[in-house]
Amino acid sequence: MSDPSVLIERAKAGDKRALGRLLTLLEELNADNAWILERLSSEGGRAHVVGITGMPGAGKSTLISRLVRAFRDMSYKVAVISIDPTSPISSGSIMGDRLRMQEHATDPGVFIRSVTNRGILGGVSLAALAMIEAFDVMGYDKIIVETVGVGQSETDIMNVADTIVVLTMPGAGDDVQALKAGVFEIGDVYVVNKSDRPDAAKTYEYMLFVAEKEALGRGGSWRPAVVKTSAALGLGIRELAETINRHFSYVLESGEKERRLIARRTHLVRLVAARLLLQSLSEVMEGERERVGKVVRDMRGFYDEAMRIVRLTGKRLVE
Amino acid sequence: MQSPRTTRRIKVLVAKVGLDGHDRGAKVIARALRDAGFEVVYTGLRQTIDQVVAAAIQEDVDIIGINQHEGSHFHIARKLLQKLEESGAGDIPVVMGGSIPLVDVEPLRAMGVKEVFLPGTPIAEIVKRLEEIASERKHLAPRAKG
Repeated sequence: MSDPSVLIERAKAGDKRALGRLLTLLEELNADNAWILERLSSEGGRAHVVGITGMPGAGKSTLISRLVRAFRDMSYKVAVISIDPTSPISSGSIMGDRLRMQEHATDPGVFIRSVTNRGILGGVSLAALAMIEAFDVMGYDKIIVETVGVGQSETDIMNVADTIVVLTMPGAGDDVQALKAGVFEIGDVYVVNKSDRPDAAKTYEYMLFVAEKEALGRGGSWRPAVVKTSAALGLGIRELAETINRHFSYVLESGEKERRLIARRTHLVRLVAARLLLQSLSEVMEGERERVGKVVRDMRGFYDEAMRIVRLTGKRLVE
Repeated sequence: MQSPRTTRRIKVLVAKVGLDGHDRGAKVIARALRDAGFEVVYTGLRQTIDQVVAAAIQEDVDIIGINQHEGSHFHIARKLLQKLEESGAGDIPVVMGGSIPLVDVEPLRAMGVKEVFLPGTPIAEIVKRLEEIASERKHLAPRAKG
C-alpha cells in the first residue's frame, strides 16, 4: 500500500484512501520522492484553482462549504485544501476549518484536506502547491485553496490560483483601508459576506469602488467583480459560483491560464529551493554556534560573520 | 522561523459521534495536543461514523480519537472499527476517552480499541501514549523522510 506507483494508480481509480496517502507523501517532498510530483504534473494543468482569502472571521470556511455544494450541483468534482496556521510556540496546529465542511465528507465527488502553513509567511505552503498537482491529475475540476486570512499582507495566493476570491464583511474597513495595498489589489472576485447585516450596503459600495480602481490599474479585459453573499443563510452563492466560472472562461480564453500555471509551478520551485537553503543554513548555524556566540558578545564583525555563514551554506549545498 | 527539517508531525483526528453535546473535553484535548506539537483535525460535534471515517481517510491521520460521554462507546467502537476495516483503513488506530467506566476498558481493548483514557488521565500521559501509538504504526508502515 505504500508503493507510490500503486498509490497513484489506485487514486486515479477513485480510491480515496490511496489519494490520502499520496498527499501525505507530497507533504514531505524531498529528493527521493520528487519523481512522484514529476509524474503527476506531467499529466496535469487542467483544473481550475480557486484561491479564497480574507480576514479571520469573514466566513471563509462556511462560504466554501456552500460553494462546494453549488459546484457539486453543477456536476464538478471538488477538492478543498484548507491551510491552517502552525503555532509558532509548539509547532502544532488545530485544523478546524474542516468542521464547517463536514457535511461534504462522505460525498464521493468531494475531497477535503487540511495542511499547515509550517510557519511560512504568505500562507501557501509547499505541501499545498504539491497537492494541487495531485488533485488536478485525479480529475478534480475545482480545487479550492483556503488560506490563512492575515489581512493586507496575504498576497502569496497570487502565485497559486487561476481565480482569486477575496472575502470581506460589513464593518471590516473603510474606503481608506480599501485604497491601501494588499489583498484588495489582487482579487478577481470580491465577496461581501454576511450581507444580511444592516451595514452591508456601505461595504458593498466600498468594494465597488475598489473594483473600479482595480480595473483602471490592471491589464486584461477582466473587471473585478463584486458579489454579495450570506454564507450562513445561503444567499448569493449561486451567483458567486457563476461569477467564478465566468472568470475561469476569461482565464482560458485570454491565455492567462498558461501564465498562471507557470507562475504557480515557478513558485513551487522557489519554495523547494528556499527549503533546501534554510535546511543547509540551519545545519551550518548549528556547527558554527560557538564561533557565532563569541562574535555576538560585542557584535564586532557580525556582518562579516553572516557573510561567512552564507558562503559556508552555499559550499555545503554544492557538496 | 522554525527548522525546515520536516520530521512529520503526528496527525490526530478528534471527533465526537452521535448526539452527545459535551464538547468541552474534546476541545481541551485538541488544544493540549496542539501545544504538544500535534497536528489536530477537529471535526466537532454530532458526527456520523461515516463522516469520521471519511475525514480520517482524506486527512490521512495517524490516530483517531473519539470522545464520548453518553454511554454508547461499545456501539460506536464496534461500528467505527468495522467501517474503517471496510474502507481499507483498518490500520488507523482508534483511541477513546470520556466518561467510560473502568470495567468497560478491557472489553473495548478486546474489540480492537487501541487505548482508553479514563476521566482524570493527566494530559501528559495521553500525549506520551499517543506518541507511542503513532511510532509503532510508523514502524509498520514507514513514511517518507522529510
